Amino acid sequence: MFDFLDSGQYDLLGAFWVTAQLALYSAIGSLVWGTVLTAMRVSPVPLMRGFGTAYVNVVRNTPLTVVIVACSFVLDQTLAITLGGEDFKETGFRLAVLGLTAYTGTFVCEALRSGINTVPAGQAEAARALGMSFTQVLTAIVLPQAFRAAVTPLANVIIALTKNTTVAAAIGAAEAALLMREMIENEAQALFTVFALFAFGFIVLTLPTGLILGWAAKRLAVKR
Amino acid sequence: MSSVLYDVPGPKARLRNVVYTIVFLAVLGLVAFWVLSALADKNQLSADKWSPFATDSRVWTTYLLPGLVETLKAAALSILIALPLGAALGIGRLSDHRWVRVPVGAVVEFFRAIPVLLLMMFSSAVYAAYTPISSDFRPLYAVVTGLVLYNASVIAEVVRAGVLSLPRGQGDAAVALGMRKGQTMLYVLLPQAVTVMLPALVSQLVVIVKDTALGGAMLGFGELLSQNRQITANYGANTIATFTVIALIYIVINALLTRLAALLEKRLRQGRKSAATKTVVVPVVDVGSA
Repeated sequence: MFDFLDSGQYDLLGAFWVTAQLALYSAIGSLVWGTVLTAMRVSPVPLMRGFGTAYVNVVRNTPLTVVIVACSFVLDQTLAITLGGEDFKETGFRLAVLGLTAYTGTFVCEALRSGINTVPAGQAEAARALGMSFTQVLTAIVLPQAFRAAVTPLANVIIALTKNTTVAAAIGAAEAALLMREMIENEAQALFTVFALFAFGFIVLTLPTGLILGWAAKRLAVKR
Repeated sequence: MSSVLYDVPGPKARLRNVVYTIVFLAVLGLVAFWVLSALADKNQLSADKWSPFATDSRVWTTYLLPGLVETLKAAALSILIALPLGAALGIGRLSDHRWVRVPVGAVVEFFRAIPVLLLMMFSSAVYAAYTPISSDFRPLYAVVTGLVLYNASVIAEVVRAGVLSLPRGQGDAAVALGMRKGQTMLYVLLPQAVTVMLPALVSQLVVIVKDTALGGAMLGFGELLSQNRQITANYGANTIATFTVIALIYIVINALLTRLAALLEKRLRQGRKSAATKTVVVPVVDVGSA
């Protein structure tokens, strides 16, 4: 049943390793970018608030596929920006991380904003009464509590991100979905086995993320 | 200022905010300048790359509008099939019988954990191998199948949350009136749950519209995004202009749907104020599906 795997023609673990790397780098990038966007959206400077809101509303409503495909067509093929990628696959990988970060950052921003809303107003008021500046209030008082409250929505965003890495196949990053397409074409008789393998692979990737972050959400929740 | 994060700015803070605004504006200006000069370098800003979208109606009638129709067709078919299926799965998960609840739960969790793209590629291959559907229509079938399988399981969770959010007394009262379980669900719980979860359902439509683009990129489905190849081939490599217009169309459609969802949620919250019971509107959940 799995004999087509013995030929050594398909690097299944390698493909899922690329998927995991895509998810990891994009997760780090989008958490940082999402936090910056959140800071802009709650800042006292109207222009920054406007920029943050406009960015989130525009990017969130664009399909991820358009973002990723545009990264390849516009940045790579038109403007020759490859982010230091040497060949097609490596450039695809780096541009996919960029696209996934730009897209997922907006959802991180929304999750964090919902987290900020759970922080009681008294916390920020007390910090201000102590004479803290906006940056101090945000980084020392509000965001640490907001992150703890936002673990569950953030976990859902990270899980969605892991599944979204498959879109990188559209610009040639050598991850799981691309390998699945190749295997479906070559091993038509084992169609259901191939699908089951890849489905299992994604469940293995997303299930622990959900369980660990669910556990973390319970541990970190601020008791009020 | 309404925010609790900072005080009403005094003279010093106002000055500082002006400085920040100028610095931020300078940074934005630099980025914009760099982007525009990069585009101008590659000759992407010349008028003939952009003017077809305003002057040549064939761009719209031959490429963009037919693509948009395909996108909307796939989205409409998906939601129409996914809604009843999702409702059935959601009710199945609430069943009193273990042998219904557990397998339905497993199915829902399975399809929620698999990327939509995998479902689309798999169903495309299944249609190719086992059905006589012609290859012209296969991408549409595959896209709709993938979207239905994924979104039905998401809708199942929305329906379950909607029914569970209703006051317990609703179900109890129906039982006291002598209604069967099926009648209770069909005539009492589900109609109320539908209004509660309407905003979440509309915003799920945004996810569906966005996901149709996957079929264009990976399965050769002739939807809006896939039209970029023909347009750039026929109108002189105007990649930037084409992607800008295509992205704008998606953004406008999805922004309208998001606005509709927000409007519905607001009306629901206002409409329920008079009622004695406190009802929860099922929160709009978009965690960023493709």
